[in-house]
Amino acid sequence: MKFERKDILGIKDLSVDEINLILETAASFLEISTRPIKKVPTLRGKTIINLFYEPSTRTRTSFEIAGKRLSADTINISASTSSMVKGETLLDTARNLEAMNPDVIVIRHSAAGAPHLLAKFVKQSVINAGDGAHEHPTQALLDLMTIKEHKGNIAGLKVAIIGDIEHSRVARSNIYGLTKMGAQVVLAGPATMLPREIERMGVKVFSRIEEAILDADVVMMLRIQLERQKQNIFPSLREYAQRFSLNPGNIKLAKPNVIVMHPGPMNRGVEISPDIADDPSCSVILDQVNKGVAVRMALLYLLVGGGE
Amino acid sequence: MLQMPENKKIKTVMDKDGIERCLTRIAYEILEKNKGMENVVLVGIRTGGVYLAQHLQKKMSEIENGNIPLGILDITLYRDDLSVSRKKPRLGETRINFSLDDKIVILVDDVLFTGRTIRAAMDALIDFGRPKMIQLAVLIDRGHRELPIRADFVGKNLPSSLWEAVRVDLVEKNGVDQVVIEEET
Repeated sequence: MKFERKDILGIKDLSVDEINLILETAASFLEISTRPIKKVPTLRGKTIINLFYEPSTRTRTSFEIAGKRLSADTINISASTSSMVKGETLLDTARNLEAMNPDVIVIRHSAAGAPHLLAKFVKQSVINAGDGAHEHPTQALLDLMTIKEHKGNIAGLKVAIIGDIEHSRVARSNIYGLTKMGAQVVLAGPATMLPREIERMGVKVFSRIEEAILDADVVMMLRIQLERQKQNIFPSLREYAQRFSLNPGNIKLAKPNVIVMHPGPMNRGVEISPDIADDPSCSVILDQVNKGVAVRMALLYLLVGGGE
Repeated sequence: MLQMPENKKIKTVMDKDGIERCLTRIAYEILEKNKGMENVVLVGIRTGGVYLAQHLQKKMSEIENGNIPLGILDITLYRDDLSVSRKKPRLGETRINFSLDDKIVILVDDVLFTGRTIRAAMDALIDFGRPKMIQLAVLIDRGHRELPIRADFVGKNLPSSLWEAVRVDLVEKNGVDQVVIEEET
């Protein structure tokens, strides 16, 4: 199949064939990062702008490395150093960037839909690196790739996603991706963090972590956003940790060969106990980061690897 | 199995035995030129070159009673037509699990034509290390070079017209060993 998209805005609108093509292409890119010279000339002369209106280490670095390993020129703009602090609107910033003829704009924004707006107004390819609580497609793709590599297949697996579903774009993109690929997705979290009618996305919801991770092949822990505590969504970190953390005790409920994932950054001792996070027999958290570079290389190649 | 479109004239120029004899001769030539297979490694270019390289590996290992390393190279990311061609070629895996430093690398491909694939392959190899030497083995040399490249080991020189296509079929790829010339009619 041919990849004909201009932008990558969300998993929701990707087909199963497109997801498979991205994952296959990414698998071929893995090897480049193990070479003595970690660079191929494929995107020579292309320019990638990373426009980050929200803080990020992993995703921004990952996109930057992916671009550089393909020989593209990558430029990073973060909110604090951009004209946004002078009051420039997103579209004006985008039009100005567009006038400098980049080939790809990678954007992270706190407002859901910002990448979609951008994609409509600029002729360049736009990749969504996270928009509000909406989608984070590249994270879901790297998660799918990690699961596929460890489990061989995605269809038929039971995947538990635990934590703050309401505010998590990672959860949303993963629910779209996993259900499309035929996995069974179950969720658990405090009632205040479970969106109403989330079952409509084809998932099962539990109020206790123990119920959700029972016989799970994959457990995906979400970061508890500490700033949310001020909004009275949960009483205390201590209580949250007691009820919803993944620890050596409750992980026994999952399948013996369960893999544990976390999109980072982790709050050790809150949503995940350090014993689990650092246990090489189940934790694939750093492997996720490794796959992230390959997935982003694959997307850049598929979007701008050919001519006009 | 093979599909034979009706609007194409197909002429078989080499059969199974012919391919077998060519590869046997090339295996001996490689060993003769390099005085054995010490420091020699094979790298097959995806996809046709990989199968040929596997045949050569088997033959050379039998002749010298040893083991010769084999790598697989996908040159897609090094192509010089990526920025002008509309289609994005599907990527295959590159697998070279050994160091190329100070090695004699025998690059293997099925058909040598414009030379652009070999140019891309050499660029890729050099990203893996600094080989002592790169030699080129091909089953068919059909001429029409666009770059100053020549093969060290050639199965058969097959002068062809530009409107013809030379195709190497191998059992592993499409179920039959043969070299054919296809002509649009």
